[in-house]
Parts: sequence; structure tokens; C-alpha cells
Amino acid sequence: MSKVLVADFGTGNLHSVMTAIQVVSSGSEVEASRSARKIRMADRLILPGQGAIGTWMSELQDDNVRQAVNEAVRTKPVLGICLGLQALYEHSEEDGGVEGLKVLAGRVERFSDGLNDCGHRIKIPHMGWSKVHQTCQHPLWSGIPQDTRFYFVHSYFARSDRDSEVAAVADYGLEFTCAAARENLFAVQFHPEKSRRQGLRLLTNFLNWNGEV
Amino acid sequence: MPLAKRIIPCLDVDEGRVVKGVKFVNIRDAGDPVEVARMYDRQGADELAFLDITASSSNRETILHIVEAVANQVFIPLTVGGGVRTVDNIRSLLNVGADKISINTSAVERPEFIEEAAGRFGSQCIVVAVDARRVPDTNPPAWEVYTHGGRKPRGLDAVEWAKRMCDVGAGEILLTSMDRDGTKIGFDLELTRAVSSAVPVPVIASGGVGELSHLADGIEFGWADAVLAASIFHFGEYTIAQAKEHMKGRGIEVCEIIDEFE
Repeated sequence: MSKVLVADFGTGNLHSVMTAIQVVSSGSEVEASRSARKIRMADRLILPGQGAIGTWMSELQDDNVRQAVNEAVRTKPVLGICLGLQALYEHSEEDGGVEGLKVLAGRVERFSDGLNDCGHRIKIPHMGWSKVHQTCQHPLWSGIPQDTRFYFVHSYFARSDRDSEVAAVADYGLEFTCAAARENLFAVQFHPEKSRRQGLRLLTNFLNWNGEV
Repeated sequence: MPLAKRIIPCLDVDEGRVVKGVKFVNIRDAGDPVEVARMYDRQGADELAFLDITASSSNRETILHIVEAVANQVFIPLTVGGGVRTVDNIRSLLNVGADKISINTSAVERPEFIEEAAGRFGSQCIVVAVDARRVPDTNPPAWEVYTHGGRKPRGLDAVEWAKRMCDVGAGEILLTSMDRDGTKIGFDLELTRAVSSAVPVPVIASGGVGELSHLADGIEFGWADAVLAASIFHFGEYTIAQAKEHMKGRGIEVCEIIDEFE
């Protein structure tokens, strides 16, 4: 039986991610944990996260856990969600500046205040349903039409330095990377666990993915 | 802007039942929060709001069970409010599947609670509910903050209060006009616009919706980011899908349900 580990780094949406994964995971064993041993034993890893990135990254100060995550993102199917995407980049502006895992090339920045086309304030956080524009073919997009809307809630966004690592973009005052892919790694800024059936479809695709592109 | 404007049906829950006379013809038990939530999900609601109107400590367990049951079946964001006073209350709700927690009276009584809550769980899940009533004979218009379900005036200016709440970490404002609540004559658009243009976070307009055009007015003229309504959906007068169709006709971006996923 395939073992799915949902990393529990003590922030926000763990319950929602667990529930959604359990709904779509016929035949998989799903567990939430922060143990390095369990991260190593899992067949696939989900890195969820909501809240502040500083708190999330502080869980990775434990060298053993950090190393287990670093091994996983290079060897087995991994899905990052929200902070789980942002943490993969080199650096985030949040919480006074936080070093990331440096798996993906780029930086995480805060949306800036401004006005939209109608002259109204651009609200931060970016909260609600935005179109996800796929920029590459990928097994995780299987069955998901181009420009399908997913649910977002975030104040910081990833600015990718490597086009080959961008899997989708979204527009909120500016265009940002809302999905990233690299070999066995896939990460999304939006919340598939809160995005209706299209979200569940993406999670199903992840569980069926062998990690190859 | 490509971000869709959100439509949020609100369910008042008392002793574990949806109240205010929900009357769907096509569900078995219109008082069962889970059935009602599923119905709204099928219709294309962008989020759901639950207001625990009993909100006594003995009933906190009831709302937890409801949120958990809904979260197990409905995969859209859930906001829960009513009687939230402590960080532990918030944690319990998040742990059973709530995404956002709405706080009203406790924010007025202890503003530092919002800072504490946002610091602990992130601004994205802290909604401050502002119940406002027009101050008579003021020009330009002014609104006063009320708590305890609109019964208790608090001597605070609603616009200033909303700004202050954002400064201490509110990630969204749920703005209800107590003058309009239950009237079915539309939102207080001046109030909505005053708050929405003053705060950096999204504003949900609430109070007064009686027809579909009111929802679109809240977006177009109130500059709201989301609109909340109860009775027009509960009584089956309109579906969420009809509301979205109407808003789309008015040139407002909405999140349409994609058939192939149904």
C-alpha cells in the first residue's frame, strides 16, 4: 500500500488537506507527521502550509527533518501547497526575511498596494478564485482545463527565476508563478483542498503520479 | 481584475440546526447544516459562512461537530463565527476544518485578541465582523459600531474601527449594515464603499439583500470584494447560479462552475 505523508509543521490547514487527501486516496495510507523517519519512509510527501513562513521554516531548523525534506524533494513525488510552494524558493521577504529550501530558483515577495483597472484598491491578501493558466503539460494537470479557477489566499507570491520551473501563472495586479514543477516536485500557491472538484482532481493526479514528467 | 467576486451564503445555526426558515424544495432536511451546505456547494457557492447564534459555551461542541461534518464533504472555504473569545476557540474550529474565523464582540472588548489570533494563525484566517449603524443626521454620513448582535452601541466609528482592525492583523472585514439587515432593500452602499476604500483587505458586504441586483450593486457601487446573503438563497427564491449569471450580465467576474467536474 502506498504511503502518503502530510508534513505537519504546525500551521493552518492541515485538517483540510488531510480530509481532501483521504477522500481521493483509495488504497493509500495517509498520515500527518513531522518525524524525519516517517518522511523518509513515505512513498510520497505533501508539504502544506498556511500562515507565516517564519513559523513553518522554524520547524525545519531540526537538521534531521530538514535533511529528510531535502532528500524527499529530490527523490519522490512531492506536492507543496501555499507555504509549501514558497518555502521551496531561495528567500522570502516575509517575517523580516527568511531563507528558503533553495530547491527552486527565485524569491518570494509581498504584493504591493496599488489600484486595479477600475481604480479600486488591490486588496491584500489575494483571497478568492483566480484563473490558473497552465504554462506546461504535466501529469498533475491531467483532466483540468486551461484557465480553471482555484481558491487562493496569500499575501506573498513567488517570482521564479527559471522559466522551466514554472507550471502555471496567475494574475493579481501582476503575473506570478502559481504552480511550479521540477522533476519529481510539484507545488501550487492555491489551495486544491478548498477548490471543489478541480482541486480534488489535482490531488488525485498527484496520488497517481510516478514522479516523472 | 481577473479575481472573481465571491458569493457567500450565510447559515445561522442555533442548537445545531439552520434557522431563519430555510426552504429548499429539493433536499430532505432543510434544517440540517450539512444538507444545506451541500446544496449551496452544488449550486456553486464560492465560500460558506456559519454563524453560531446560540454561541453559549455549552453549545460550542455542537458547532464543532457541524463544521467537521461539513468540512468532510464540502471542499470550499468555510468561515465560522459566533461567540469566539479565545485562541483555544479558534484552534478548535481550525482543527475541525474551518478556514476562517469571524470575530465581532471579542474584538471590540479586547482588540489585542485580534493581534494575538493573527500572530498565532495568520491574518488569512482572521475575519473581523463589523456591525454598523448609521449615526442620524450626520453629513458626511457616519456609522457606529454595534456588538451583541446589533444591540449594543460601542461609540466607535465603523470606518476607523475597520482600519484599526486591519492594522492589528485582520485579513478580511465582514461588514454588516444593521440598518439594512432583514429589510431586503439592498446593502448600505455608502457604508460599504467607505469601508472598502479605507481598508487594505477584502471586504464582504452583508445586510439587506432582497434581490439579485442588490448583490451586483454591492460589488459595482459598494466596491465590495464579496457579497454575503442569507434569506434570498434560503427561501429558494434564487439559486447561487442565478446570482452569478446576473452578476456576469452586469460585467462582474464570477467563478463559474465547470460541468465536467460535477
